[in-house]
Amino acid sequence: MPRVFIPTNLRSLTQGLDQLEVGGSSVRAVIDQLESAHPGIREKLCDAQGNLRPGVSAVVNGSVAALGALQRVAPDAEIHFLPTIGGG
Amino acid sequence: MSTGQSRKYKVIGTRPVRHDGVDKVTGRAKYGADVRLTGMLYAAMLRSPHAHARIKRIDTSKAAAVPGVRAVVTSADLPEQGDRIVELGEGAANMPHLSSNILARDKVLYRGHAVAAVAADNIHIAEEAVKLIQVEYEILPPEMDVVKAMRSGASILHDDLRTEFASPSSGDSGPTNVAKQYLFEKGDVAAGFSRSEVVVEREFDTATVHQGYIEPHNATALWNPDGKITVWMSTQGAFSARQQTAEVLRVPVSSVKVVPMEIGGGFGGKIPIYLPPVAAVLSRKSGRPVKLVMQRADVFEATGPTPGSHIRLKMGVSKDGKIQAAEAWMAFEAGAYPGSPVGMACMCVFACYDIPNGRIEGYDVCVNRPRTFAYRAPGSTHVAFAIESVIDEICQKIGIDPAEFRLKNGAREGTRRVDGPTFPRVGMVETVEAIKNSAHYRTPLTGKNRGRGIASGFWFNVGLKSSVTATVNNDGTVSLVEGSTDIGGTRTSIAMQLAETLGIAAEDVNPTVADTDSVGYTDITGGSRVTFATGIAAVEAAKEIQRQLVERAALLWDCDPKAACYVDGGVQGPDGKRIGFKELAEKLHLTGGAVIGNGTSSAAQQGGAFGTHCVDLEVDPDTGKVQILRYTIAQDAGTAIHPSYVEGQMQGGVVQGIGWALNEEYFYDEQGSMRNATFLDYRMPTTYDVPMIDTIIVEVPDPAHPYGVRGVGEVPICPPPAAIANAIRAAVGVRMRELPMSPPRLLAEILKAQTK
Repeated sequence: MPRVFIPTNLRSLTQGLDQLEVGGSSVRAVIDQLESAHPGIREKLCDAQGNLRPGVSAVVNGSVAALGALQRVAPDAEIHFLPTIGGG
Repeated sequence: MSTGQSRKYKVIGTRPVRHDGVDKVTGRAKYGADVRLTGMLYAAMLRSPHAHARIKRIDTSKAAAVPGVRAVVTSADLPEQGDRIVELGEGAANMPHLSSNILARDKVLYRGHAVAAVAADNIHIAEEAVKLIQVEYEILPPEMDVVKAMRSGASILHDDLRTEFASPSSGDSGPTNVAKQYLFEKGDVAAGFSRSEVVVEREFDTATVHQGYIEPHNATALWNPDGKITVWMSTQGAFSARQQTAEVLRVPVSSVKVVPMEIGGGFGGKIPIYLPPVAAVLSRKSGRPVKLVMQRADVFEATGPTPGSHIRLKMGVSKDGKIQAAEAWMAFEAGAYPGSPVGMACMCVFACYDIPNGRIEGYDVCVNRPRTFAYRAPGSTHVAFAIESVIDEICQKIGIDPAEFRLKNGAREGTRRVDGPTFPRVGMVETVEAIKNSAHYRTPLTGKNRGRGIASGFWFNVGLKSSVTATVNNDGTVSLVEGSTDIGGTRTSIAMQLAETLGIAAEDVNPTVADTDSVGYTDITGGSRVTFATGIAAVEAAKEIQRQLVERAALLWDCDPKAACYVDGGVQGPDGKRIGFKELAEKLHLTGGAVIGNGTSSAAQQGGAFGTHCVDLEVDPDTGKVQILRYTIAQDAGTAIHPSYVEGQMQGGVVQGIGWALNEEYFYDEQGSMRNATFLDYRMPTTYDVPMIDTIIVEVPDPAHPYGVRGVGEVPICPPPAAIANAIRAAVGVRMRELPMSPPRLLAEILKAQTK
């Protein structure tokens, strides 16, 4: 199952756990699974439409997910939620 | 010089003359200020004289009555935005904030904040009329300092602002200037520090600094009676400018066309928009095209500089020089509206090193200064100044060569960052080795008051979306249409990748930067992304052309296309048949007409860029003035497509970093008025201030790009302040922890040290 790294600010929602193995074949599905186990986490990551909130990026296996919540993830994927990167 | 990975290519790694060179050197290239349209009006803006005030009333009647005035607008002429956030490709825009930054609504939040605009038959009438607009203000106390603005009791800029993304249990603490909190943790920080034998903790301050692009912001807009709006402007991203304009005006994005003119510098500062919606509503009111060009003071006072910051950084190491733990706390000025690059600063601060235990905390804080925006590697220069200074002090304490320390602790493939992800193949260590082996580093520095310093830096580089269209002409050339505005020679670096893939000369590609109706969606020129992502799009377009040309050759040879293939600038077929690109191009009309290749890039992400710098300098102990004697930069460019442009980016970034280090800063008085809003008083480096910057192009190809490109435009600005601070310490024994390290500031520290 994909391994999700919980943002430090949200670890109070996961009883202090910093990593979780969560089922799902897309970023959105993984977030849905997280929400089931740890209510309240989805609204911190997603807007009302289920898209990643502005300013939040999913990073899958070290690369920013170009498709955001729709990005497919492999069973051995490593997922992080980080601030969006914008350059000059 | 280059470490030379790109010699295996025919076009890549060469240095052809840039395609737009003649237009640029003859002055024929058209910039925004050159736009002239029939019946065009000229506009001037009224800007706030106060840093913080409530707008109680605006009376434009006297201005509107001036002969020759054709339209007057205020924020009342812009649609209400509601509570909307809009994705812009690279980041998102809070629409109420974007709109009220363009024309202030209920409050002005910095001196220079635009309040109203007048369009008239000429600029003189417009400038006189704008002075007749009467604004009644209720003046409020300004918050100018990032740390003071965080305190309870601070003057509040936005009554509705609450700290976002603080831990869920933190609750609503009421109105605040702290827009956002970031927090990252890895490992056991307390245990890491307890294992450390040397711990250094220091605080740093950096000043507000402007990108200093020479060309001011400009926009000319025509709002046609059919509802179509055309904007000619200087921008780093025509599509982003189109969307921002459409969203502010609340019109369909398809009704706005942005024509990107040549751009006289941007460095991140020309991603946001300030003028197009104002010019557009003036045009709608007057029925005429309207041109707006900022003055230099407007650029300083009212466009987005990079923020000032306060940083506290602590690092612990074992005696053998291995990092055990590190901790950073930082607050960045957002300016008038939330959105500083503190999140990226948090992710950059420890990126150059393998930190087993780390903690990073960052705050985005509103103050009564212009809304900050990107400047080359946003946030990374600030934090590089802090960590690279602390590392230098640690090296001094434990007696280790600073290059050795970086080799021992440098990030490598597989290193897990404190913010979480692991690095793919990156070239941090290679840049340190390049400096360590350079003639510069190996040559002893002698002389009184002279010192040498080194520092490293990191920037992510982004991918995002690009499109190109390439059309084969029957004379054997290719017309290449792209959506990336050309700031650093990217017409040529993109054309070279297309040429390499097709096996033709770079000079046989004619690149054009097109308007938003003439090419596919393309994100901004920023984030060091264009040679990477638009390059991928060009390679994809070339591959599509290859495929079509193979079919054309098969038609001529009456064979199955599968029996032919594109090799080395032509098509090879059965029985030794071969036809070159030019010869085949001549036969396009006979074989079915146009051959057009479209290419896009949307998914590829860059692996990150590193650089290590070495500087020699001399301090005048009587004045505190620093003279840079010698400067060498080693940077991982992945594969250098056009080495001259890579070197140019490296040198340009270093020069801007030297300015940031030694002189540049916004001087504000107690009322929040900038006192040095001219290039005479805002001291940027000149040719008298910098020597020739020696460059070492390190080539560790990025596996995410077909030719291994890494972006090069941003990371060279990161290390200079720290490298210079470290060299100053070596020269006169004074450790500077505040930017800029200007003569009065450095002299004060030298005198203080002498009296100890």
